[in-house]
Amino acid sequence: MSATYTLRSKRRRAALRALAFMSPWLIGFGVFFAYPLISTVYFSFTHYNGIDPPTFTGFKNWSYVFNDYPLFWPALRNTLWLVLVMVTCRVAFGLGIGLLITKIKTGTGLFRTFFYLPYLAPPVAATMAFAFLLNPGTGPVNSILEKIGISGPGWFTDPSWSKPALTLLAVWGIGDLMVIFMAALLDVPREQYEAAELDGASSLQRFRFVTLPNISPIVMFAVVTGIIQTMQYYTQPLVAGKVASGVIGGSGQQFEPGFPDKSTLTLPQLVYTLGFQTFNYGASCVVALVLFVLAMAFTALLMRRRGGLIQAGE
Amino acid sequence: MPRNRRLAAAGVTAAAISLLASACTGQSKSGATDDASKDTTITFWHGWNSPNEVKAIQDDVKAFEKAHPNIHVKVVGDINDDKINQAVRAGGSKAPDVVSSFTTNNVGQFCSSKSFVDLDPFLKKDKIDPAATFPKTMNEYTQYKGNRCTLPLLGDAYGLYYNKTAFAKAGIKAPPKTWSEFLTDAKLLTKTKGDSYEQLGFMPTYHGYESTTEHYFGQWSPTYFDANGKSNIAKDPAFAKAFTEQKKLVDGLGGFTKLEKFRSSFGDEWGAKHPFHTGQVAMQLDGEWRLGMTQDAKVKFEVGVAPLPVPDDEAASYGKGYVTGTIVGIPATSTKQNAAWELVKYLTTDTEAVVNFANAIHNVPSTLAALKSPDLKYDPRFKTFLDIAENPASTTTPASPNGGAYLVSIQNLGFDFEKGKRTDLQAGLTKTATEIDKAIEQAK
Repeated sequence: MSATYTLRSKRRRAALRALAFMSPWLIGFGVFFAYPLISTVYFSFTHYNGIDPPTFTGFKNWSYVFNDYPLFWPALRNTLWLVLVMVTCRVAFGLGIGLLITKIKTGTGLFRTFFYLPYLAPPVAATMAFAFLLNPGTGPVNSILEKIGISGPGWFTDPSWSKPALTLLAVWGIGDLMVIFMAALLDVPREQYEAAELDGASSLQRFRFVTLPNISPIVMFAVVTGIIQTMQYYTQPLVAGKVASGVIGGSGQQFEPGFPDKSTLTLPQLVYTLGFQTFNYGASCVVALVLFVLAMAFTALLMRRRGGLIQAGE
Repeated sequence: MPRNRRLAAAGVTAAAISLLASACTGQSKSGATDDASKDTTITFWHGWNSPNEVKAIQDDVKAFEKAHPNIHVKVVGDINDDKINQAVRAGGSKAPDVVSSFTTNNVGQFCSSKSFVDLDPFLKKDKIDPAATFPKTMNEYTQYKGNRCTLPLLGDAYGLYYNKTAFAKAGIKAPPKTWSEFLTDAKLLTKTKGDSYEQLGFMPTYHGYESTTEHYFGQWSPTYFDANGKSNIAKDPAFAKAFTEQKKLVDGLGGFTKLEKFRSSFGDEWGAKHPFHTGQVAMQLDGEWRLGMTQDAKVKFEVGVAPLPVPDDEAASYGKGYVTGTIVGIPATSTKQNAAWELVKYLTTDTEAVVNFANAIHNVPSTLAALKSPDLKYDPRFKTFLDIAENPASTTTPASPNGGAYLVSIQNLGFDFEKGKRTDLQAGLTKTATEIDKAIEQAK
């Protein structure tokens, strides 16, 4: 009896010690993840404007967002478009530039700086610069295109070109991914390339069968973080829309994000608009939860493909 | 890979945290229990940010402090409605006691949510009759369903600016009074250059700075809501007529695509390179502030000012316009509401204060007494705006519990209609009316 008691006591002490070591993470998890998430779910079922106490309304907010809120579906479509196209372009260009820089013999530092610098530009300044460059009426890009006989598109003023214009902006600021890919590419064992060369592998085959398997964890990292970043895409489309629409502010002016024609509207913009401009916290929480579920779904899907992507180090 | 899942979740959680940060702030307090005769400091938030405007409001506040030596005012400028809304929910020692906003569209939200206190008890206590003090439209846009939670602090009236030199060159002798005349003149004033313009008579698109739906609609005197508070845009023919007239302008002056491309070449609305200043457009729908801006920009032509045209079948109503303005109120979170009221009363009802401020920033005075004050100094052309503000047929946009959301819905319909994306206007109006009603229902 005494021996059992001592054993239990030891186990309890060990458990408490483990909990004590884990407590920083547990507190962080509770305060920054579990509590906000549970609260967001709770508020999504209430009417709450931040002043009157919340009142339970069942699925009213959910029904409003999915059936009656005219901005939800365009924002969802735009967000998914950006996730698919922008993330793909960013990863492809980041990898491409990384490969290019690791191959060149001279001026590597210069090229690294050249491609990394745009990443340091604040998002608002970078977007405004792009809006200036791509201005269909006065921008230098369309002026140059006109000189070679091409009628330039409307870019941020044309709903068909606004998202490609945002993608160009994202690709321009590829510096972060370039550095990560460069580090991964320089880490690929040389002897594997030598072996492949001895086997007569072409450069494309070397990339497919040596480079890619070695850097696949980094590709996965770039894709997952890219998806998360794109799901939070807020500043650039908002600034681009404002600049292109001409509505910077002023008396009597109402600016609804998404110009032109809701084409640059994203779900994070809806979270802000609903939550902090119209103070419809319930509906805002619904949109936040949709974002959460989408992010989880994309990540889970990629994790299921993990076996096919990650080989190195396993 | 649980770490990646957490990463994914963490991104979205950030949004949830942000929401909760505001959601957990609790209810605002209300009730004026402070003694305004004791030494106290109140905080006043306003939205002005240009140096002359900031100086003007500070001079106004200094004059108040001189008249009320026991009340000290801490002034914070460059504040927008988002900051106001967040502050009145958060409260705390740094929250404002008096706030002013440029957006009358949000009055309905301020009043219906009770985030601003009802000023009627204060007005009654000081025997101020709003109907006898403020112009009719300003009385309308400062309250929601009988709850007067704001008062007007200078007004804005919208009219027509025109390039007299361009008019003379085109052989036009007087500003247009009806929309038909307006279209004719706008075409006469338009000079094309390749697939663009050397000079455009008028930029009619709804993104053409102040050419917003509600600014046009003022000329048709529309009724936005019926007696039950339901959207009236599908039933009141004024809306369809106004949309149709604007579309005539868009099509008549070159079409949406060509106009939008030209619009994208315009300079900043608030800067010297405004297209009216540079001569890119010969007529401009704008507020009274543009007159001072044209003088500051030293434009190279003679500027004319007139009321906006009216519908052809309402020619007798020429002279009216759309009226809005700055509003001022007391957040319910303020614990110094009596002292705050003294400042609000001074800024909004003291004739000398109103006149001085109007003189300084070239806005329309917001009291009947100030409008008639001999101390009011203005360019003779400015009289047009004073007349529009006083015109009984001038209109404003009504307050709504979800702020200006209904105006955004109408504007979105306008964007679709002007570019030809939606051709069945009546169906669009009906759909938009339903959208407005559902959004208001959701906000209640």
